[in-house]
Amino acid sequence: MKQMQRRQFLGTGVTAAAVAAVASTGLLRAGNAFAENVAGWPVKAFDAKVLDEAMSDSVGKTNVPVSSKVSLKAPTIAENGGAVPVTIEVDSPMTADDYISTVWLFVDHNPTPLASQFTFTPASGKAYIQERIKMAKTDNVRVVAKTNKGELMASAPREVKVTIGGCGG
Amino acid sequence: MAEALGNPMIRMPGSAKKGEIVEIRSLIMNPMTTGLQKDKKTGKLIPAHFIQTVTITFNDKPLLDVDWSTAVSANPYLAFKMRAEESGTLKMIWKDNTNGSWSADSKITVS
Repeated sequence: MKQMQRRQFLGTGVTAAAVAAVASTGLLRAGNAFAENVAGWPVKAFDAKVLDEAMSDSVGKTNVPVSSKVSLKAPTIAENGGAVPVTIEVDSPMTADDYISTVWLFVDHNPTPLASQFTFTPASGKAYIQERIKMAKTDNVRVVAKTNKGELMASAPREVKVTIGGCGG
Repeated sequence: MAEALGNPMIRMPGSAKKGEIVEIRSLIMNPMTTGLQKDKKTGKLIPAHFIQTVTITFNDKPLLDVDWSTAVSANPYLAFKMRAEESGTLKMIWKDNTNGSWSADSKITVS
């Protein structure tokens, strides 16, 4: 299956070269003697500091049409920006011919806007994720989904009012 | 400060009907520090320490790949779904940016 080959491939012979390349460009996270990015982890997209750049480096586009098929649930008000629950669900048959292959979650003005990337397979049955994220301040969260045929669709941006910012830690 | 690390947990139904979509919930201990925050006592930056990838397979076949940033909350919770087609073992592997790696698995019987 294509999805897993990406990581398995990168996990083999390419690791040393990839780490060397990353280290030489200064992108390797400093300050931790043992810090080393996991092979296959998309460094460029995750290091992007503004939303447009993060979207270009992950999705490949900055304007994606909004579709009612992409559902993003988040609280209207989050007292603690350190743990904001989000639920993502994309309407798709999730068959071998027609499935959601990738979903990206963004927080518009976080220090690095790309929060998570999910690579699904038809075996998922539903393109569904629930997790908790940090939000620095009152901001929009948004999701972009890509089908196996390359079609892109986005959720409407969803504002979460944050009482106490969550980028501590 | 000592931080709790690892202790991965998976919650999945033990049985399902063929074709049923089941929800899997998981949790692991990790500080998920951003590298942007200063230690209040020493004034030094606390290094980034976070889970970067979660690889999920069922019977060794790919199910879901997750890539995380430091924007994921400490002790990350993750829920996802799977179409139950056959009995077998779900396996999850979490890896962080300090060479930490943890795995857990859970079995399901499909009838």
